[in-house]
Amino acid sequence: MPELTINGVAIDDTFAEAFDMRATAIIITAPTPAWAKEAARSMTGFATSIIGCGVEAGIERFLEADETPDGRVGVRVLLFAGSTSELQKQLQNRLGQCVLTATGSACYAGLESAEKLKLGDAVRYFGDGWQIAKRFGGKRYWRIPVMEGEFVCEATTGLVKTAVGGGNLLLLGKTPQATRRAAEAAVEAMRKVADVILPFPGGIVRSGSKVGAKYKGMIASTNDAYCPGLFGVVQSRLDPEIVSVLEIVIDGLSSQAVAEAMRAGMAAALALGPEAGAARLSAGNYGGKLGKHHFHLKDLAPKEFPS
Amino acid sequence: MSALRFFLREPPPERLDLSVLRPDRLAGLSPASMERLVLSTTRATLVVADLFRIIPGDAERVVIEGGSERFDGLGAGMTRGELILEGSAGCRAGQGMRGGRLVIRGNAGALAAAEMRGGELEITGDAGDFLGAPLPGGRLGMQGGVVLVRGSAGARAGDRQRRGLIVIEGGTGPYPASRMLAGTLIVCGEAGAMPGYLMRRGSLFAGKAALLPTFLPVRGDTSVFRRLLARALSPFSPRAAALVSGENLARFLGDQASLGKGEAFLAA
Repeated sequence: MPELTINGVAIDDTFAEAFDMRATAIIITAPTPAWAKEAARSMTGFATSIIGCGVEAGIERFLEADETPDGRVGVRVLLFAGSTSELQKQLQNRLGQCVLTATGSACYAGLESAEKLKLGDAVRYFGDGWQIAKRFGGKRYWRIPVMEGEFVCEATTGLVKTAVGGGNLLLLGKTPQATRRAAEAAVEAMRKVADVILPFPGGIVRSGSKVGAKYKGMIASTNDAYCPGLFGVVQSRLDPEIVSVLEIVIDGLSSQAVAEAMRAGMAAALALGPEAGAARLSAGNYGGKLGKHHFHLKDLAPKEFPS
Repeated sequence: MSALRFFLREPPPERLDLSVLRPDRLAGLSPASMERLVLSTTRATLVVADLFRIIPGDAERVVIEGGSERFDGLGAGMTRGELILEGSAGCRAGQGMRGGRLVIRGNAGALAAAEMRGGELEITGDAGDFLGAPLPGGRLGMQGGVVLVRGSAGARAGDRQRRGLIVIEGGTGPYPASRMLAGTLIVCGEAGAMPGYLMRRGSLFAGKAALLPTFLPVRGDTSVFRRLLARALSPFSPRAAALVSGENLARFLGDQASLGKGEAFLAA
């Protein structure tokens, strides 16, 4: 299948198939970067895949004090789900359990849109009648008295209905170490792209899945075509020299953001070459009939590569 | 296109109702039909032409040159555009206003911003009694928008205020934030006697005030809220922003003789 080779790395003539998702963004601020990160890490924990977690979430970027509504340092968190109602449910559970509880935190809308999701409006009753609504500067905030002092939270946040989930890149390497190195380099480059998150641990999935299983009731199971341990036994997509495969899944607020992240990740992986990094790049799809968005690797590969 | 201007020729012989001279009502009118608008409040009919000279212009920006404390109802009910009075106004300036911007370069009489719902009102001088209050017999005072008074206000500022923001850069007469329901009233100078009398909810900030014993001192960090408020205030009132973001503000909850969910912040 490889049709294109850049810097000695083969690039499959295939595409990543991605889906429409509902997404939102919030800003969490805190007195220190460490506490902002702590609240965001807690909120985006167990949020790798909607298959088992209901939502895919991650830290998009860290914000300087002059980028946040209250002039404190913060983080921007993105959350993606399959439906608006599931997104709302996950948002308010995670806000209530992970951000409201985090010392020093405050929470604001991370994007603007006509349609809104409840933010403070969903957790205000924690104040048991002592919550205070304040409207100024075109925004509405809730102030909820807590043991530490006060939790300030904007009433609503925005909703994106045209977000894209499931953009992906497969890195196939000759050793586990080289494959991991390529994936780490790609993740580092992708994290610099705005409006995307990589929901899996460290941005990387080692257990990519296929749809369905031999067992009844399982909606996803191991992607045997890419398991090196099954090479030759199953209908494999691997070459004899491939020993390890890692995947990077990308969720973005727009298809342009996902494409930009894939472009950046591919360039970073390719720069390592086939020995130090991945020997082959590929992408996961379901034949193109399930997802609206197709990201062809050959379109995203760097046109000119400095050798 | 430059502003539509009205020049006052001589002091008005009686109290006037200027609520017709607002951008949304003047839009589309010819100068001749503007001259026929009735301003009088007695049986003696007075029209615009009797008192003002008109310089035609864009009705979205109306300037009235020459004020009088007989100019009542200035900008009352306005919904858009800009109305500027170069002089002082009478009572009910900006009453029931819903949008747009009203500027009074002088003093305003009683009931300015009464029952206001939106938009911006700036008074460069002093405001009279019942700023942002209900009209006599009304149940709710100001319900939205922003009021900025560069000078001082009279008695009962923010009476029965329900929503919105009032900033008074000077002091006030007695009973500021009386019977307040919600919203924010900021008095940068000294608040008059009995601040927050029978206040239910809402926020009162004062540079100096003698609080009632029915306001109870509370503790706890409110700096995040005050930072947000200070940021919203800083473009138009750095003085109010400085008061609100101050390090040594004491917080009280009251009026405990009423619902008691209001708050008063006092600069130490």
